[in-house]
Amino acid sequence: MSGFPWLLAMIVVPAVGSAAVAALPRGRELLAKQVALGVSLLVLVLAGLATVAFDTGGPRFQLTTSVSWIADFGVSFALGVDGIALVMLLLIGVLVPVVLLASWADTMPANRSMRSYVAWLLLLEAMMVGVFAATDVFLFYVFFEAMLVPMYFLIGSYGGPRRQYAAMKFFLYSLFGGLIMLAAVIGLYVVSSSQLGRGTFAFDALRQLDIDPGVQKLLFLGFFLAFAIKAPLVPFHTWLPDSGAEAPIGGAVLLVGVLDKVGTFGFLRYCLPLFPDAARELAPWVLVLAVVGILYAALLAMGQSDMKRLVSYTSIAHFGFIALGIFAFTTEAATGAVLYMVNHGIATGLLFLVVGMLIGRGGSRQIRDYGGVAAKAPLLAGALLIAGLASLSLPGTNSFVSELLVLIGSFPTRPVFAILATAGMILAALYILLMYQRTMQGPPRGVLFAGDEEPAAGPAPAVPAGTSVGATAVLDAPARARTRRVQDLSGRELAVVAPLIALIVVLGVYPQPLIDLVQPAVAATMGDIGSDPGGITPIHPGSEGTN
Amino acid sequence: MGAIQAPQLSLAALAPLLFVFAAAAVGVLVEAFAPRRVRHPVQVAVALVGMVGAFASTLLLAGSQEVTAGRALAVDGAALFLQATIAGLGALSVLLFAERSLDPAGSAFVASAAVPAGSVRDAELATSARVQTEVYPLASFAVGGMMLFTAANDLLIMFVALEVLSLPLYLMSGLARRRRLLSQEAAVKYFLLGAFASAFFLYGLALVYGATGSVQLADIRTAAGAGGTDTLLVLGLGLLMVGLMFKASVAPFHTWTPDVYQGAPTPVTAFMAAATKVAAFGAVLRLLYVAFGTADWTWRPLVYGLAIVSMVVGAVLGLTQTDVKRMLAYSSIAHAGFLLTGVIGLANDGSGPGLAATMFYLLTYGLTTLGAFAVITLVRDGDGEATHLSQWAGLAQRSPLTAGLMTFFLLALAGIPLTSGFTGKFVVFRAAIEVGAWPLVVVAVLTSAVAAFFYLRLVVLMYFSDPAPDGPTVGVAGLPTTVVLAVTAAATLVLGIVPGPLLDLAQSAAVLVG
Repeated sequence: MSGFPWLLAMIVVPAVGSAAVAALPRGRELLAKQVALGVSLLVLVLAGLATVAFDTGGPRFQLTTSVSWIADFGVSFALGVDGIALVMLLLIGVLVPVVLLASWADTMPANRSMRSYVAWLLLLEAMMVGVFAATDVFLFYVFFEAMLVPMYFLIGSYGGPRRQYAAMKFFLYSLFGGLIMLAAVIGLYVVSSSQLGRGTFAFDALRQLDIDPGVQKLLFLGFFLAFAIKAPLVPFHTWLPDSGAEAPIGGAVLLVGVLDKVGTFGFLRYCLPLFPDAARELAPWVLVLAVVGILYAALLAMGQSDMKRLVSYTSIAHFGFIALGIFAFTTEAATGAVLYMVNHGIATGLLFLVVGMLIGRGGSRQIRDYGGVAAKAPLLAGALLIAGLASLSLPGTNSFVSELLVLIGSFPTRPVFAILATAGMILAALYILLMYQRTMQGPPRGVLFAGDEEPAAGPAPAVPAGTSVGATAVLDAPARARTRRVQDLSGRELAVVAPLIALIVVLGVYPQPLIDLVQPAVAATMGDIGSDPGGITPIHPGSEGTN
Repeated sequence: MGAIQAPQLSLAALAPLLFVFAAAAVGVLVEAFAPRRVRHPVQVAVALVGMVGAFASTLLLAGSQEVTAGRALAVDGAALFLQATIAGLGALSVLLFAERSLDPAGSAFVASAAVPAGSVRDAELATSARVQTEVYPLASFAVGGMMLFTAANDLLIMFVALEVLSLPLYLMSGLARRRRLLSQEAAVKYFLLGAFASAFFLYGLALVYGATGSVQLADIRTAAGAGGTDTLLVLGLGLLMVGLMFKASVAPFHTWTPDVYQGAPTPVTAFMAAATKVAAFGAVLRLLYVAFGTADWTWRPLVYGLAIVSMVVGAVLGLTQTDVKRMLAYSSIAHAGFLLTGVIGLANDGSGPGLAATMFYLLTYGLTTLGAFAVITLVRDGDGEATHLSQWAGLAQRSPLTAGLMTFFLLALAGIPLTSGFTGKFVVFRAAIEVGAWPLVVVAVLTSAVAAFFYLRLVVLMYFSDPAPDGPTVGVAGLPTTVVLAVTAAATLVLGIVPGPLLDLAQSAAVLVG
């Protein structure tokens, strides 16, 4: 069983699925969705089986496959996962079927078909698996850049009113970072060929290099910039609110939930082990960016009137926490950061999905267009509350465990930054609860109840009826819409939110399996950088969480 | 006075050249004597036979290294690789010329190019079914000149080849059936500036001869190595480079490029963009590596500067273009800069990956850009090709296949992985970094990002905008264009995914003899 190429299968299956869906004849939308859902569930099963096959006490990279690809450059098609990559694959496996199910009844913008939408989603899934599973730097780079194309089309073809602008901005920011990284990748290759006699891109070989400090700093910066744009850290973040707001909900979930994690994953996998001296030297600067991001993005989130932009800004704050955990250089903090990557994907994914359901009903992204929804749609309100609470790291939810680990782990080495970051938690409570309060509580008002009011007090003029607000809604017939608007979550929507809510609770109460999976890989990374691995103290955050 | 010694000619080694020039000569005879009815198919067949024959004979010659024809021609790995590339691109271009189903009048070329634009006679010609076929022998001569250019081991032969390749191109630029004035302007502009550049080259040749007493590249190398820095030689090299950079459309010698690319018939633009670039860089590589490829000669700062200027000018001015053909012209200028980044990759001891990298890049760029121009020939309105950017809005909804192909070519030009453009960029950047030119590579990646903006703008228009009600239609490609599109798209994909065999080939062909 261990001989089976799990990782290759997880790339090939969605890629083939994508081609199959794209090849379906026009009009077979339902079949396309069914095929896509089946394929994505198969990937989830594969991810689960791969986890079973993974031995936490085994070598660093497991489930490896390696085929020589471009012999001239020493490039091989080498796949393999450590615990960190594996949990990201699991996250992808969970999120894609959820996203497909959430997009099931979406109305596509004019001239766009559901068929092509799900085909792009599956292609994106294949690329995302590849980027986390690659153990060859060249291969990683190829997936890193190729991943942009499906996302670009998801935003640009199926997004909101300013989708062209958002798609272009997304692509250019990422491409810019990626090209800088390309220069660094080539530089690394040249160093390897001068030191080893033969150039290579294999991660394990590159880790052994002894790079001159000056060169190391340049290469570190090349990689770092690409990842800091991807993650995104302030001041490289301005593309995310636009992309997050304009992307269709499914795309936004994968963008923020998984795609951006490539940045923080890249810090851990590439920046730290390959350039340990440079990482140690430049860590204080990165921490400054991280903490500025936590506070600044939280303040900006509070000022947003657009719900999708708000959620995007909360993510930027969370990425600050993850970067803090990684660059604190303790095993606890970095373990917390990896858990944070998973938990944020689940919590923010749920938040985006529920906000998307609300927007789908009201046709507006503005907070001021909603009010008192809880009275008519208690399940929707409840789901939003749980997602929000998980997002602000309430004890008992999954995010709490990771945030606590990050703060506890970074305090011994970086007390000032840890204290400043803690203030970010308070701000998080403010922006999430304010949004909940304004949209869900109080007397029913806003676009969902427009029919009960005088026309003059109807929907905000900023959002004329019929405006496309992403793939989720094109409400061109107010009368028809009104009858659907205030419905509570349907059975399908419950099936979308239920698994994520379950994960939030389970991982909040009993995160130990995840920690066990991740911790050896994190300890190995910390060993690479030469910091004191310390050894993680037995943590049972579940008990703290439920107190 | 002794009798003139006839130089030793190795006919076998010259077979590729002989094939093409024979086809050109036969083409002229066909033009004169064949009846009008059969002229078109016969001309196409003759030109194709010449180019495919040349391509096949380079393959048979693979591995040979010799200097022949009184040391005037070097038949070595690099020459054969580039000759094969030019012949292949030439054959594909001829297929584009031969397309008859797109233009309602049956050809992209005007029957009588000398008629003043705007006259009554000119208006008749635009829709006349008369088809002249002189473009085929002209193209054959141009291809022959290009192939000679890459093999020239002697500055005089290089100059002759430069003229042989240039003169047909000047004429071909003026042959567009539609928008005659633009086409004639392009031809005149290209001719005047091209003649000027040729004069620069000739003057440089004279100075180099004055400094070294020889026009043979190998002798120049010896003399240059002994003499150190000689003012005449430096000046001569500079002037030679001006002439070559003009042909390669490297900024600041690029000003003709957008106008000519826009005005020339699109199949001819495709031919120029792909094949001329290969030939010009072939000559640049030979001149720099053979004649000046020693540690004493620091042409590197010159090439370094030109590369930066070309990349920046191409990428930045490309942003402001509103015409697809002009946009691709600026893209071609930026790519010339990327190619120079590869040319830098020559270590002081004469080794280095620069030659193989540049040759590989030339091949990938040539195929991709040919494909992109082939797509442009498909998008038409009542007045010929619709090249204004706004006319491409929403094309993906009218014709998903055409838009998809164009997007693929544009992504390749932008250097996105899994396309040949990425592999090409990777090899030239690597060549530059290996000799320590990493600042140049940083400039190159930054300009790549800028250039990506204008490629993507077209993608945005095609996919994310709504089509205009009176927008252009997408013509149904006939067999020749379909073949070109299939070959170029397949090559762009395959060289992006499994570039290994061709990289090996370029590596083993990276041999220059002097």
